[in-house]
Formats: sequence, structure tokens, C-alpha cells
Amino acid sequence: MTKNALVLFESMTLKRKDLLDISSLSHDEIIYIFEAAKIFKKVFTETNKKFSFLSGRTVCMLFIEPSTRTRLSFEIAAKRLSADVISVAPSTSSLVKGESLIDTVKTLEAMKTGFIVMRHPVSLAPDFLSRNCEAHVINGGDGNHAHPTQALLDGFSVYERTGSLKGLKVAIVGDIKHSRVARSGIELFTKMGSEVVLCGPPTLLPDDFSLYGIEMTFDLDSILPKLDVVNMLRIQLERQKGSLFPSIREYNKYFSLTKDRLKKCRKDVIVMHPGPINRGIEIDDFVADCENAIIEEQVTNGIAVRMAVFSLLCGKTLEDINKEK
Amino acid sequence: MKLCIKNGRVLDPASGLDKTACVNIEDGIIKSIGEAETADETIDAAGKLVLPGLIDLHVHFREPGREDQETIAGGCRIAAKSGYTSVVTMPNTNPPIDNQALVKFIKHEAEKSGLLNIFPAAAVSKGMKGEEISEMGELHTAGAVAFTDDGKPVSSSILMRRALEYSRMFDVPIMAHEEDHLLVDSGVINEGKVSASLGLRGIPNAAEEVMIARDVIIAGLSKGRLHVQHISSGGSVEIIRNAKKRGVKVTCETAPHYFSLTDEVVREKLALAKMNPPLRTEDDRIKIIEGLKDGTIDAIATDHAPHLMNEKRQEIEFAPNGIIGLETAVPLMITKLVKENGLSYNEVFAKVTCNPAKIIKIKKGEIKPGYDADIVIIDPEKKVIINDDFVASNCKNTPFMGAELFGSVECTILSGRITYKA
Repeated sequence: MTKNALVLFESMTLKRKDLLDISSLSHDEIIYIFEAAKIFKKVFTETNKKFSFLSGRTVCMLFIEPSTRTRLSFEIAAKRLSADVISVAPSTSSLVKGESLIDTVKTLEAMKTGFIVMRHPVSLAPDFLSRNCEAHVINGGDGNHAHPTQALLDGFSVYERTGSLKGLKVAIVGDIKHSRVARSGIELFTKMGSEVVLCGPPTLLPDDFSLYGIEMTFDLDSILPKLDVVNMLRIQLERQKGSLFPSIREYNKYFSLTKDRLKKCRKDVIVMHPGPINRGIEIDDFVADCENAIIEEQVTNGIAVRMAVFSLLCGKTLEDINKEK
Repeated sequence: MKLCIKNGRVLDPASGLDKTACVNIEDGIIKSIGEAETADETIDAAGKLVLPGLIDLHVHFREPGREDQETIAGGCRIAAKSGYTSVVTMPNTNPPIDNQALVKFIKHEAEKSGLLNIFPAAAVSKGMKGEEISEMGELHTAGAVAFTDDGKPVSSSILMRRALEYSRMFDVPIMAHEEDHLLVDSGVINEGKVSASLGLRGIPNAAEEVMIARDVIIAGLSKGRLHVQHISSGGSVEIIRNAKKRGVKVTCETAPHYFSLTDEVVREKLALAKMNPPLRTEDDRIKIIEGLKDGTIDAIATDHAPHLMNEKRQEIEFAPNGIIGLETAVPLMITKLVKENGLSYNEVFAKVTCNPAKIIKIKKGEIKPGYDADIVIIDPEKKVIINDDFVASNCKNTPFMGAELFGSVECTILSGRITYKA
């Protein structure tokens, strides 16, 4: 990025209440989030990692679907910004007592929650929530629809290595059909000028994506030499029961990133995985632990990106962040 | 009691009549069409359309069971306000309409209201369980005009065969909700570009089409009368067009939303745009309109399905299927079919008058001497705005909220009595 552009960015904020998906973000807003994340990440090596931006604000983690890493990552991000964090777990929430989502939201509104981070098994639930409440809503993953902070951290992880996503060839491999990570990833990388190619068995790769002009293939080996980034999705083992693929063994044969397949890739290929990993299924031990893999780095970056999202949504600018640093 | 409707543009889709004339009514029966006769009451219809009272082959009034959503009396009032004089109620109430007492109850409630003729459809299988055919003879005698398990398909092909065979005794149609549950695979909206990007499970056109294909083949085998409900996909139009050519006794209906909207509106309207079958693509919408033009699609039925707003204000996957349809039907037919697609009034209104009358074999839906004086007067140039004031239904679940459309129902007449006046 040129200096002038950065100057222009210094005083920009995200002019939106919520972060629901990637499609509603502009190219510049995404860069802006990346730049903010960069600043936050620099502070991670210091003993005191705290900022005051969310001091006095309450962040409610409304996780209707179980999650460990995303919830922890959001919690740590919010706490590093000095927020008070409360958690609603699915098993303890009144939703299991039959309370509707809209009534739960009204209750949270009455408690004056500043942010609601929502994870929900149903697509568009955060969208629905955001229309009915004043709090900032951040989508922590909804159904098969979107997982915007995951896409942002994936994009950021590549961005901090390459300086730009433009012109990169990015493969997303695995269960595209049931993956919110894939959907948000496609939108983010496409928006940033990367060339996305989707790879998986036809049962897990909806033809309809071709309507968006995205390249699709069933042949992983054929695309490997061209890739700058390969993002391996977690395969959910229960899909096999629905006849979406015949066996783990056969899935592994065609779509696992193995040591042999890694050899076909360029030396500097970036290997990503949103976690949790099924070692030996979609990715083998050697690849998961090799130098090309940035899987742990993605976890670290997740916190930085989420800190950026919280800060920018509540009106802070890069200038503010730099100042407090 | 004599009533004269003066100077309106009288349209009779059955005969193709389209001229400015007066309709003279005596004791609830149409007496003549032409010069005005002396009458006890006259209605000036100058500049307006005078049509046979509308007939809807597919409504859900929720009584018995969900009177909080809609009652029969309430439904009758909404239908009259919407220009309808006859409707076919679906039997998927709680309990379902699978015995004579319930058929009679529904007819009785409608008669009490005095606003609407109800011709109930009864369940095709006992308890709508899809296992054994219902007592069609008894139900028909009590007043049922068709048999259907609407809301769900008749998944068993042998049950469909038996129903289509047995119903021949009474020459009544089997109305089929066509859906292959396995292919639906817990889908929520149409499978396509929109479902791919929203990550909602998709319902492919094939889920509807394979069942229609199956049933037109079974109808050919059993020689019964098949009426395919609420078709939404272009492929369904093609299958039925082909079956008709081969001489299969098949008729079908579509609903106004399928020729007005596409799955793109789901992005904005969420659960308010959720129904079964789902809104399809622009390509399907165009093919539905072609099917209406060439006569493949016989009827337009609303699939009026009241749901409380708090039921719709849920995560889209959990929200129930269906939208209300009666009040928006006339404005949508006039705006989308006549004005936007150049169909004639008689072409369009045949689908809600004489054609449905033929399907359920009632002597209605025509403006002809000797027929019941069921009439609707419509101002086709008057704009209506679909908002909370306009929608009188107890339930406001419509994706058309906020739309501005042409076509206002000015007056509805049932057997010579005014049941609604704007």
C-alpha cells in the first residue's frame, strides 16, 4: 500500500453497525481491518497487551452452537480491549427452554449489551438478529452461510506474508457445500483480487457456485502446481453417513493434502486450515507440521483481526489505535 | 330483489365476452346482460371491470385447530374483501378433514358467515397419514369437491394409484402437493445461486418435477383426474404440457408469488419469502408465465397460508412455510400478468373463474343468464399499497409488504348480495 493511501485510511472508520458477512464489506474496508490487525499483532509480544477501547462496554457471546476456538478467540480479543465479557452457552440458555431467539435478544437488549457475538447453527440467524437489536452484531459463524472473521483472519494471514492478495491463486479444498468458511473465503479472496478455485467431490461442491464465475475442479492434483495458497477444510466425518462420499479412505485418496501432494506444489505455497484438524484425513501429519503450514499463526492472527473488528465497529480509527499503542 | 350493475366493462372469460354493458340480477341469479333494467338497487361500474366472482382452488383457513391464525369466518371476510366468492379449503387442519362431520362443519361455518361459498377439499388418506385412502364416497356426499393431503405429498406411489382409481367413481380430482421428500433433504429455499451464497440448504426443482412426472404417469395408468397444486418450476410446466398432449387427465395451478417473485427476495425478506415449494429463479418465473399464456397452467390459486408474525420472526430454517395470498392476488394478476406481460383480462381471469369451476365441477365462474350472481367489480387502474392498513388478515405474513400495485377490488357480490364494498 502506498503512503498516501495509508494517510487517507488513518481517519477512516467502519461505517456500519454489524459485521454479518464478507459480501457487505468493501475492498478498502477489508484492507483497513488488515492494517488495524497488524498494529494489534505487534503488541502481542509485550507483557501488557491491553487496550482501553471497549472499557465499560459489555460483549455478549451468544453461542447457540458449540465452539471452542472461535469463542476463546473472541473472548480474548474483547478482554484485550478491556470489555466485560459474558457468555451464553447453548446448554444453559433459555433457548433450550423454548424461548424464541427474538425474546432472548430483547432480554439482552434490555441489559444494554454493546456487542453481541453470535454463533448459530442456522444460516442468516445473525442477519435476523441484527435487524431486531441495537447492539453491534458480529457473526461468529452461522449455519453454512458465513464466518466473516475466519475469512478475515485467513486473508490477513496471507496478506501479512505477501503484502497483497491480488493475483494470487487460492484453492479451497473439501466440503464446500456445508462450509461457511468456504463461502466467506470465496467472497473475501475474490473481492481482494485473488483467483479462487474450489476443489472437492461433486457431492460436496455445489454447481451453483459456477454461476458466480468461480473455477471448480474434482482433480486436486491438476491444480497443485499453480497454487499460491491452499486452504484445506475440515471434513465432517458424519457426512459419510449421508452418502456424500463413500468412505474416509476414498476421500483421503482424492482430497487429502499429503506429503506427496505437497511436493507437487510450489516451494513457497501457503497451507492453511481453519481447524480443528483431522490429522491423516484431509491433511497428513507431515504437511500440518511443515514450514508451509501457518495453522497456528492463523490462530494468533484470529485474535488480532477480531480486536480490529471490535475497535473499528465502535468507531475507532487506525490513528486511535496507533496512539494508544 | 333486483340488482343492476351499470356500465361496467363486462368480462366473461368462459365465452370471451368483453363489452360495456349492464348486468341485471334477480333473486341472486344473473338474468340478463345488456341494457339496464329497473332494479331495487343499482351499482355504477363505469370504468371498472365486471367479472365473475373469483374462485380460489387453494386456501388454508386454519379452523379447526389454529383459530389464532385464522378462523373460517375470518377467512370468509378476507376472501370477500379480495374479490373471491368461492374457495376450496385445504384439509390439513388439526384434526385433518377426513370425515363427513368436519366437511359439514366447514360448510356450515361458511354458510353462517354468508360471505363466501366454501367447497372443502378432504384428505386423500385417513388422518393424512399417507397409508389408506379416505372414505371418498362419504366425504364427497358431505360436500368435499376434491381430495388432497396438501402440505405433504402422497409419497406412496401405490396409494396415489389407488386414490386416482377410486376417485373415478365420483369424478373428483386428486389434488397433489408434489414433493419428493428425499430430494428435498431438509432444504429451506430454492437450490441455486441464492442458496449457494447464503449457505441455506436448497430444494432442487427436481424434488417437485420427479413427483409430477410420477403422478402424470400414474394418472395415465389409472385414468383418474390429477390436479397438480402450486407448481413453481419451469420443468413442471413442461412435464404437464407434455402429459396434456398425450391426453392424460391432468390440470394444474400456480400461485401469484411464483409469477411475481424469485428466490433473490429471500436475501431481503428472509422467512417472509419462505414457502413450499420455494420461490424459484427468473428462468422459472418466465416459464410459469409462458405456461399461463399457452394454457398449460389452468388455474391461479393463492395457497393463502396465514402464520402469525412471531412464527415468521424466527431463524429462517425454523420459520413455517407459507404466505398469505388472497388480498394480493388481484393486484398481482393485474400488475404482473396484464400490465407487465400483456395477457388479456379474460386470459388471466379464466384462471380464477371458469377454469377452477370446471376442475371442481361447480356451476359457477361465468357471467351468463341462469348462473349464480357471484360477481366482482375491479378498478384495474387504481393503485393499492400493500401495507398494514391494506392487509386486513389477522396474519400479515407477506413478502409483498410495501409493494405498490395496480388493481383494486371495489365490490364483491355473492348470489346477488354485496359481501364487500371498498
